[in-house]
Amino acid sequence: MKLKRGIFHFKTPICVSGFAAVAGQKESKGPLKDDVDVFLKGRFFGEKSFEKAESKMQQIAVIKAMQKANLTADEIDAIFAGDLLNQCIGTNYGLRELEIPFVGLYGACSTMAESILVASTFIETGLVKKTISVTSSHFCAAERQFRFPLEYGGQRKRTAQWTATAAGAVLLESGNKKKIYVKSGCLGKIIDFGVKDISNMGAAMAPAASDTIIRFLEETKTTCNDYDLILTGDLGRVGSDLLYELLDQKGVNIRAKHKDCGLLIYDRNDKDINSGGSGAGCSALVFCANILKQLEEGILKKVLFVATGALMSKRSNQQGESIPAVAHLIYLKGEEKWN
Amino acid sequence: MEKKEYLNLVKKISPKANIKKTFLCSFFIGGLICAFGEALRQFFLYFRFEEEDAGAMVSFVLIIITAILTGFGIFRKIANIAGAGTFVPITGFANAVVSPALEFKTEGFILGVAAKMFVIAGPVIVYGIFASIVYGAIFYFVKLIGG
Repeated sequence: MKLKRGIFHFKTPICVSGFAAVAGQKESKGPLKDDVDVFLKGRFFGEKSFEKAESKMQQIAVIKAMQKANLTADEIDAIFAGDLLNQCIGTNYGLRELEIPFVGLYGACSTMAESILVASTFIETGLVKKTISVTSSHFCAAERQFRFPLEYGGQRKRTAQWTATAAGAVLLESGNKKKIYVKSGCLGKIIDFGVKDISNMGAAMAPAASDTIIRFLEETKTTCNDYDLILTGDLGRVGSDLLYELLDQKGVNIRAKHKDCGLLIYDRNDKDINSGGSGAGCSALVFCANILKQLEEGILKKVLFVATGALMSKRSNQQGESIPAVAHLIYLKGEEKWN
Repeated sequence: MEKKEYLNLVKKISPKANIKKTFLCSFFIGGLICAFGEALRQFFLYFRFEEEDAGAMVSFVLIIITAILTGFGIFRKIANIAGAGTFVPITGFANAVVSPALEFKTEGFILGVAAKMFVIAGPVIVYGIFASIVYGAIFYFVKLIGG
């Protein structure tokens, strides 16, 4: 059911019937170490390149999620996936062998929420019954595409974020089967407030998050108090502080309910991290390893997941363009029976 | 919030680098590298190298050491603390060449290693040569006029 431009309530039950998280070495030492399904060691995971390593992560995440839901690849109607690499090669090569009808998405770090939202909309139409949403990022593969070679001796800015090496997959099914349901969603708009600093992505993405949250709350006539958690996907410390300021101006205070994936994924004492984690894998890992588990166990009941993505490329940045950003929102509810 | 107002807020909220610490680290580590270079030069002079050759040997040794440290992932860690201290001496240049060469090995030796080797250092070479041509021309004409 359409509420307003880009904001939907789902009329049919769409349940999360399986989810899996894969993490790299640094991520497996962080606060989520007990929640992750599969750890991979080193940087290459036995592959010849970082790009292949990323593909492997995504594949493992999908297979693991299917195992947890007792399904095989030929039972899945469609897969919605993407990553940060040019032409989404992490996805294209990772999912090649699975032979599932495929929709490629690019939402940068917002891909986890975007792919769940698109998959849910497909399910709502009744054209598909079982879908997978998956995304990933790999620190080394992202660094070489967006920044400098790994061994280059430069200093990171304190506003910089660390691209997570991780993947997360969510299996959605139509029907009243499990305990977590996707209830509503809000498509993000491309928002650009003129931030140009590629080392300050949190600042570039905060206005997008603010816009999506405000639109959703206004349209659904709800307040922060109606939710247990508002989870933003990788604004980091700087971006979260900016989000509070932006929302304050609209008279919305989310501080008590808010958490950010970029601040949940790593040990805060790690000096490499600076402002927090980032990358499509960051929100995917936090969401699939930890948040869905808490929803399943009933610790959390109502969660707004707002994944944010910065939509620039190295080239646009070199041409002096500012960084456009997007934030997609999904509302998940943990309940015994869909109603 | 207006865009301009937001950009000011970003400036206010974003944490800044600790300038005092960065300056001190780069000064001392950079100084240490230069002192080590001078010690090397004296070492080569002691073994009766010509003045010019001794200088070249110093660069040679510093480049080799940087390349090895870069390969073992140690240079990055030092540079993270040293900043301009490792960047300004020839060590920075060596690292800028070695690090992409190592990384783009996966794309092959021609289109990877060789093509990407100067991706960071390239501009330094291009404008370095250009500047020396301009400087040479000025020098030539000044000498011509001045006799």
